[in-house]
Amino acid sequence: METTASKTSPPLIEMKDVSVGSMRDQSTIVIEGVDWAVTAGDYWVLAGLQGTGKTDFLMMTAGLTPPGAGSYHLFGEAMPIFDERRLPTRLRQGLVFDGGQLFNHLTVFENIALPLRYHRNLSLGQAAEQTKRWLKAVELDAWADSTPGTLGRNWQKRAGLARALSLQPEILLVDNPLGGLDLRHAWWWLGFLDQLSKGHAIMEGKRLTVIVTASDLRPWKDRAKQFAILKERRFVVLGTWHQLEAASQELLHELLMTERQT
Amino acid sequence: MQKETATLDTPRARFLFHMPLPRSSVRFLGRKLFRMLFTLQGLGAFALITLGVILKKWPVARRLVWPLIFQETARAGVRLLPMFLFLAGALGLLVIGQTVSWLTRVGAINYLGTIMIIVVVRELGPLIAALLLLARIGTANVVELGTARATGEIEALEALGIDPVHYLVMPRVLGMMLGAFALTIYLILGSLASGYLWAFLQDVPLRPAEYFRQLAGALTGLDFALVGLKTLAFGFIIAIVTCYHGLAQPLRLEEVSYATVRAVAQSVIACVIMDALVIIVYLAV
Repeated sequence: METTASKTSPPLIEMKDVSVGSMRDQSTIVIEGVDWAVTAGDYWVLAGLQGTGKTDFLMMTAGLTPPGAGSYHLFGEAMPIFDERRLPTRLRQGLVFDGGQLFNHLTVFENIALPLRYHRNLSLGQAAEQTKRWLKAVELDAWADSTPGTLGRNWQKRAGLARALSLQPEILLVDNPLGGLDLRHAWWWLGFLDQLSKGHAIMEGKRLTVIVTASDLRPWKDRAKQFAILKERRFVVLGTWHQLEAASQELLHELLMTERQT
Repeated sequence: MQKETATLDTPRARFLFHMPLPRSSVRFLGRKLFRMLFTLQGLGAFALITLGVILKKWPVARRLVWPLIFQETARAGVRLLPMFLFLAGALGLLVIGQTVSWLTRVGAINYLGTIMIIVVVRELGPLIAALLLLARIGTANVVELGTARATGEIEALEALGIDPVHYLVMPRVLGMMLGAFALTIYLILGSLASGYLWAFLQDVPLRPAEYFRQLAGALTGLDFALVGLKTLAFGFIIAIVTCYHGLAQPLRLEEVSYATVRAVAQSVIACVIMDALVIIVYLAV
């Protein structure tokens, strides 16, 4: 299923018959036969039950693991990218981990400043101004000097988001953004991702292509533009919300938490 | 990075490390031998990757990485100085305390300086310093890196395009090498001084100038070269082995303690083998 946009602009992400191995054991294939194209401005939700390989798929998409088979191109470049020369292409894509995966020996401020300092060779002072902007955007300025261990999961995830955005990527991959969050934080995430997709001021109005994974589809209605599900080692592209509602997949009822109609 | 470091996550490695022990003693020994060769291969590859990164990425992100090198040097050096000075005192007293009475009995008190050089400078000083560094800093390396690996921090670094070997291993290797060298020198100087103090307390008829003359007479240029080489090599070996076990394989949190035990055992063996090689070189020259 391809969207109208995909017919007019070249895909940012293009997968053909891709297999995805587990992060822990690459020889164990968790998803196979993925044919998928993502174009600029897309907002995808990849849904599936726990253990269906959503995180493994996202890690492969981020370039942390190689595809088990098939071809995967990111901005026209063959993935995976491990060599330094092509690294800037991979960094056009940012990844937010499920638990934030912050570095425990650094403060929140240092965590967010780290990619800036590494790639632009800045001292902590030189990176301070930009880092403060990100801290403010995710409402973490009061916890700048705290270490991740002293923060709740809700806030750790936000710090992970700020860190991923600090290099100003064009594609944002977010692993299970609403998992384990209270309602207030869940609404914040939905709103913030929505703004990023439409052009947030902190990104200087640049529209991000957003790809998130989820185990519950309901919060994404009226927000995401495209949907796909992971089911029994298959990646099934469903299309828009209307097309999703029309599909008669049993798994969809579980992901939408609705009763199956007989 | 994923390809380079996940050397123990292959079917061959799983067979070697996780299969139940075989009943036949020949197979048991064979399995042990292959495990050892496999580990050596992994350590060798990791050491080469690290050396390559040090040479190639030395100027990269220097405002971030160079302060880390100073930080690691302080951690493996200056901060351990009080403990090392205490041990230097103890080592001097130990060596002299045991030897003075015997040397006096056989009338060989003129060899006091020579014995101090052989025991402290060539052998015990560098080896004790290396083992203490392993206990204090090496184990911490495995735990820190192993925990980072188990909690997904390494994947986060890779996702941000930060080379974990450059950011985490290079400062530790350089810091440990410099720390090992500096602490060994302090340990040796402290031991030689405390040795004389003990001799003085035992009323050994030896003036400071004579003691110094004996020390200087026993020392050769080769001693300086080999002490330098040995201490830098010990620091490199300990850092590589501990970082390898913490970083270069997929770990779960409950496996960190086993990785630490393996790293300590392999570091001790590697340091002793290195020491033996240096002795052979010394005797050959």
